[in-house]
Amino acid sequence: MDHDHYSDDYIRSILTSVKSVAIIGASAKQVRPSYFVMKYMMDKGFTVFPINPGHAGGEILGRMTYASLAELPEPVDMVDVFRASAAVPGITDEVLAMEPLPKVVWMQLTVRDDDSAKRLEAAGIDVVMNRCPKIEYGRLSGEIGWSGVNSKTISARRPEVRAGFQSFGIRNK
Amino acid sequence: MSQRVPGFDTLAIHSGAQPDPATGARTTPIYQTTAYVFNDTDHAASLFGLQAFGNIYTRIMNPTQAVLEERLAALEGGTAALAVASGHAAQMIVFHTLMTAGDNFIAARRLYGGSINQFGHSFKNFGWEVRWADVDDPETIASQIDDRTKALFIESFANPAGFVTDIEAMAKIAHDAGIPLIVDNTMASPYLVRPFEHGADIVVHSLTKFLGGHGNSMGGVIVDGGTFDWSASDKYPMLSTPRDEYGGVVLHETFGNFSFAIACRVLGLRDLGPAIAPMNAFLILTGIETLALRMQRHCDNALAVAKHLKDHPKVEWVEYSGLEGHHNNALQKRYSPKGAGSVFTFGVKGGYEAGVKFVEGVEIISHLANIGDTRTLVIHPASTTHRQLTDEQREKAGAGNDVVRLSIGIEDVADIIADIDQALDKTA
Repeated sequence: MDHDHYSDDYIRSILTSVKSVAIIGASAKQVRPSYFVMKYMMDKGFTVFPINPGHAGGEILGRMTYASLAELPEPVDMVDVFRASAAVPGITDEVLAMEPLPKVVWMQLTVRDDDSAKRLEAAGIDVVMNRCPKIEYGRLSGEIGWSGVNSKTISARRPEVRAGFQSFGIRNK
Repeated sequence: MSQRVPGFDTLAIHSGAQPDPATGARTTPIYQTTAYVFNDTDHAASLFGLQAFGNIYTRIMNPTQAVLEERLAALEGGTAALAVASGHAAQMIVFHTLMTAGDNFIAARRLYGGSINQFGHSFKNFGWEVRWADVDDPETIASQIDDRTKALFIESFANPAGFVTDIEAMAKIAHDAGIPLIVDNTMASPYLVRPFEHGADIVVHSLTKFLGGHGNSMGGVIVDGGTFDWSASDKYPMLSTPRDEYGGVVLHETFGNFSFAIACRVLGLRDLGPAIAPMNAFLILTGIETLALRMQRHCDNALAVAKHLKDHPKVEWVEYSGLEGHHNNALQKRYSPKGAGSVFTFGVKGGYEAGVKFVEGVEIISHLANIGDTRTLVIHPASTTHRQLTDEQREKAGAGNDVVRLSIGIEDVADIIADIDQALDKTA
C-alpha cells in the first residue's frame, strides 16, 4: 500500500462501507478539530464511539465516552486516531487485541506510523494515514467546494443528496 | 475518472461545477439569494461554528461564487480560494489576514498603479507600511525585511510593460525570512504562469481582466497555495492562535493546508464585507471556460503587433518581453513559454504629445482604463492609471510620460495593426 498517495476509489470504498467509528482522542471541547470531525460524521449517519480516558463515563455530543477500545460495548468498523504519531504503536497493540478486528484504522492529518501500518495490514486491516475523514468525505461528496476548497474531483453526474438542506453524500460507484 | 488528472482546459470548464442537484441545470445557476434556510438550530449552530460545510449568508459565501472559487483553486493548483468583489478587495483581505497596525510588507516597485495607491496611501490608515523594492536588485528586498515584515508582494507579469518577475528568486528571499510570497497573477492568468509551481504561497487576481475576459464584471480572488506553515512563528496570530470570533478555534490547526483561504473568508470577508455579486461570479465563470483559447490568441496577436511596432518608423521603442533580444525575454521563456501575455508598452516618436495624439486617433481600439478584454485597449498611463504617482515613481514603474500601454484583444490581428498604423500616421 502506498501511504503517500491514496486513490479516490480506496477512500470512497472506506467511507461508503464503514458504519461505526471509534474516535480515539475525541474531545468534549467544541472548538477542537476532533469535535468538528465527530459532529460531522454523526451528521453523515456514522455511529460514533468517543474514546477519551479523561472523559470516560461522560457524554460527548450525546454519546457515551469510553476509556479505551477494550471497553467498547460492541464491535466497530473503523478506529479513527486523533493522537500524536508516537502513540500509534500502542494503539495498534490495542486494535490488534480487539475481537472482532475493525476493518479500517484511520489516522488524522500529521499522524503516521509506517511500522504500525504494516502490522495492521498484515492482520487484514485497511489503513489510511495523515488524512482527515471529514475533509475526504467533503471532497468526495463535493461539499467541501462550498467553502471554496479544491476537491480535485470533477463530475457531470448528479451529486448524492441527503435529507435536509445542504447535505451531500458520497456516491458509491 | 478520479485517478486521471484532468488537463488545464478540462479543469477550466468542469472544476467546481457538478449539475445543479435540485434541477439538473448543467450550467452553474446564478444563486441570486442573500440567505439560506437552516434545517434546525443545531444545523445553524454547526454552520456558524464552522463545523459543517454550507451556506449561511451571501456576504460570506454563495453557491455560484463557490464554483468560481474551486475553479480558480484548481487552475492555479492551490488548495482553496476566496472570491471577492474586486482585485483590490482581494489585496485588502490578504493583508488584513497577515498584518496588524505597525507591521510592514515589501512590494515590488513595478506594480499596477492602483495597487501602488492602495498600498502607499489607503493602507497607511490601517497602520500597515509598504516598503518598495526593486525586484531586479534582490538586495533592496532583503535589506528592508525586519521582524515586523509579514509578506513579499510581486506581480508575475508587472503592469504596465508586462515584465516577467523571477518568482523562484523572490520565493527564496521570502522563505529565508520566514514570510509568504504573494503573487498578483492577473496579467499572466494561470494559463500562462502558475506561481505555486515556482514557490509562491498566495496568489491574487483581478478576475475583471483575462479570467472574466470580456470586460463585463468586477471580481477578485485569493488562492491559497497550502504550503506555508502559519504556525512556524508567532507572526500570523489570525491563523495560529485561538480566535475569539469563533469561541477559541485555531484556524491553522483546524483547517490545515487551506486555513489561509478560510481565515480570509471567516475573519476578513465576513467582517470587512466586499462580497462578489453572484451575477458577476457567473459571468466570470463563463469567461473562464474559454480562458485557454482566448489567452493563446491574446499572446499570438500581441506578439504580431509588437513585432510590427518594433519595425515601425514612427515608434521609438517597444517593451514586450516576447520579442527576441528583449532584456526580459529569457525570464519570459522560462516562466511563460506559451506566450508573453497581451499587455505591453511602446513609445511614439515625438514623446508625450505624439502619445496623446495616438491614443486619441485610434478608431476600433478603445481608449479606456482596463486590460484583459476581448477588445484591444489603449491608455496613456501617465495621465490615467499612474497619474497620482510622482514623476520618479512613474519612471520606476515603467509608466513614464511618453509611454503608451496596449492590451491586445482577440480581434483579427490585421485589423488591430491597421488601426494602429492609421493612428500612428496622425501623430506627425
